[in-house]
Amino acid sequence: MRHLLDIQSLSQEEISEILRLAENLKEILIRPIPKVPTLRGKLVLLLFYEPSTRTKFSFERACKVLSADTMSFSAKGSSLEKGETILDTVKNLYALGVNLLVIRHNLSGTPHFLAKHLKIPVVNAGDGIHEHPTQALLDLLTVKEKLGTLSGLKVAIVGDIKHSRVAHSDILAFQKMGSSVYVTGPAHLLPEPKEREFFEVKSGGFKVCYKMEDALKDADVVMALRIQRERHGEPFIPALKEYAEIFGLTPKYLELIKEKALLMHPGPINWGVELSYEMEKYPFQVILDQVENGVAVRMAVLLRFLSGD
Amino acid sequence: MKILLKKGRILDPSSGLDFVGDLLIEDGNIRGVERDIELSEKNITMLDCQGKLIFPGLVDMHVHLREPGEEWKEDIESGTRAALYGGVLRVACMPNTKPVNDSPEVTSYILKRAKEKAWVTVYPISAITKGQEGKELSEFGRLKKAGAIAVSDDGKWVANSALMKRALLYAKNFDLPVISHCEDPFLSFKGQINEGKISAKLGLKGIPSSAETIAVIRDLLLAKETETSVHLAHLSVKENIPFLKWAKEEGIPFTAETCPHYFTLTEKEVEGYNTLAKVNPPLRTEEDIYAIKNALKEGYIEVIASDHAPHSPLEKEVEFELASFGMLGLQFLLPLSFNLVREGVLSELKLLEYMITNPSKILRVTPPSFKEGALAEVIVFDPEEEWKVTEEIIQSKSKNTPLLGKTLKGKVKMIILQKTIYRADT
Repeated sequence: MRHLLDIQSLSQEEISEILRLAENLKEILIRPIPKVPTLRGKLVLLLFYEPSTRTKFSFERACKVLSADTMSFSAKGSSLEKGETILDTVKNLYALGVNLLVIRHNLSGTPHFLAKHLKIPVVNAGDGIHEHPTQALLDLLTVKEKLGTLSGLKVAIVGDIKHSRVAHSDILAFQKMGSSVYVTGPAHLLPEPKEREFFEVKSGGFKVCYKMEDALKDADVVMALRIQRERHGEPFIPALKEYAEIFGLTPKYLELIKEKALLMHPGPINWGVELSYEMEKYPFQVILDQVENGVAVRMAVLLRFLSGD
Repeated sequence: MKILLKKGRILDPSSGLDFVGDLLIEDGNIRGVERDIELSEKNITMLDCQGKLIFPGLVDMHVHLREPGEEWKEDIESGTRAALYGGVLRVACMPNTKPVNDSPEVTSYILKRAKEKAWVTVYPISAITKGQEGKELSEFGRLKKAGAIAVSDDGKWVANSALMKRALLYAKNFDLPVISHCEDPFLSFKGQINEGKISAKLGLKGIPSSAETIAVIRDLLLAKETETSVHLAHLSVKENIPFLKWAKEEGIPFTAETCPHYFTLTEKEVEGYNTLAKVNPPLRTEEDIYAIKNALKEGYIEVIASDHAPHSPLEKEVEFELASFGMLGLQFLLPLSFNLVREGVLSELKLLEYMITNPSKILRVTPPSFKEGALAEVIVFDPEEEWKVTEEIIQSKSKNTPLLGKTLKGKVKMIILQKTIYRADT
């Protein structure tokens, strides 16, 4: 593994290994002084071309716990505004001695493009509508912690599957670990029939449901996704009110899912749209656990790439 | 001055010639095609063509020469040199130049530059609508007078059906062929590659096959209603084929074209975000390739063109979604198309008909041929020679092809254009 670009190219063993490492590293975070010198002297470039709060700070926190230095880059006010290409920008930054690049970009495949041209590891922190591998890994870690297993589960993902890189990574990740994934939402925001073959990692492991009930019934894990209005480029949803009424997760659905089913959301949440306000009180809601586990997973990823040099 | 080509397999789709024999060129014109031509004079250039095919130069009706406006990608000199090396001795160039070729001035400029710089004949295609914007018709009459051979909005479908109908009717006044790029822009909006398994894998917006088929059906209906032939450019999907068959049976006037990449390469080429394989319409699936070959065999598609679309690294070595659509085609047109003969899809003569006579008919020009007195536009082709695609071999300014590093079978060995012999090997 030279880079972490997507879940699709990871084997079950590689995923398990990262999760094991993250579980071990999590202990550091609860120490009185949560900092170890393991990556001292390493320089991590955080290249975020899109607004990001949790992912960016999660990576930054992970770097700092492991004593790696960080350089943050914001497209605004940079040489990009003077017309420089992303490749030239990154090559220049690489020349400053960067050991690892974390990139978030609004265009699918940008991390792959940079990985082709760079000698350092590239970690995809979300690219367009393609994938968000570390988010899927932290979701796996959270489910494993809470339910004790990643196999034999029914995972329901609700919402804009088509434009969600989180969903794309999760669909693959949960199936690779032995669970089944059911997706539901407005039909035009679900994978096209011709595209579905890709998401079927194993037979029966992936299903598209047009009725919310079919996806949610007996689910062990329910993940609500944010409506990605910024990615649509055109009005895909007639009205948020209708979306909230039909596809929003409300207490009425609690009857369908398993008693102790986990409720997840990759954030940021539009309360009252994909999740009704009442759901904030749902006892098995693990949204902040996901955020916490994000740091551990990213520590594991950084360590995997940078500790051997 | 005499040039005698000896013992080659002579193929001429215009006259149906197919035999092993000799071809005599005198002062730049065809003088004779016989089983055996014996000349006693000295000062004859004799060319041994044993094991080679000899046929008239190809006519490629879908080429982008990028001049004026984008000369860093290609210009009339480099583009026509690539054509020459590919055995293409006449090219029709699309109007998406900068400025767009929608005025007699730009059309005349292209012809003037071609006269000064071109290695082969250049036919300018002008835009159907001003600025290719799909709003107002261009001045077909003045464009034709300036030398436009056809009209097309190239990469843009004229989505306004009333305007397209008007264009088909107005073109009748001037006997101008109308070429349509069939793509419903709403269905292909922001699309990058074929919609399917790979688009899901790469997280790239897919272009559904319906975007092409819907446009094909509309254009066929308008052709029927206006009783005007429409030429459907670079078809790529299997869903078109039943409609093409229906249109032939109905007697609807239309012609259809495809390109070698649509019967050779699949969408798998874009894996790894390979921008060199990003092309519009996108590369499709094995099933589409099978259907396109079948349509060629049945004659529903009767033109093979290259859609030569050069782009420099500035447009290709970028994020996939920012990369321009298009790949080179001129130098690979013949070797890739000749695979159709090897696979039994088309005979040699039929293939040449699709690459010489049919495009000539559509463009209303006399095709290159071996008729006595015709200008010498002659290709000597070795169907067996294998060669590797390298940047050095490519004559275009740009090197954007997913074929780089691959081995192709079939090579243009010599081109005789009037009095000049070009050896493509050197």
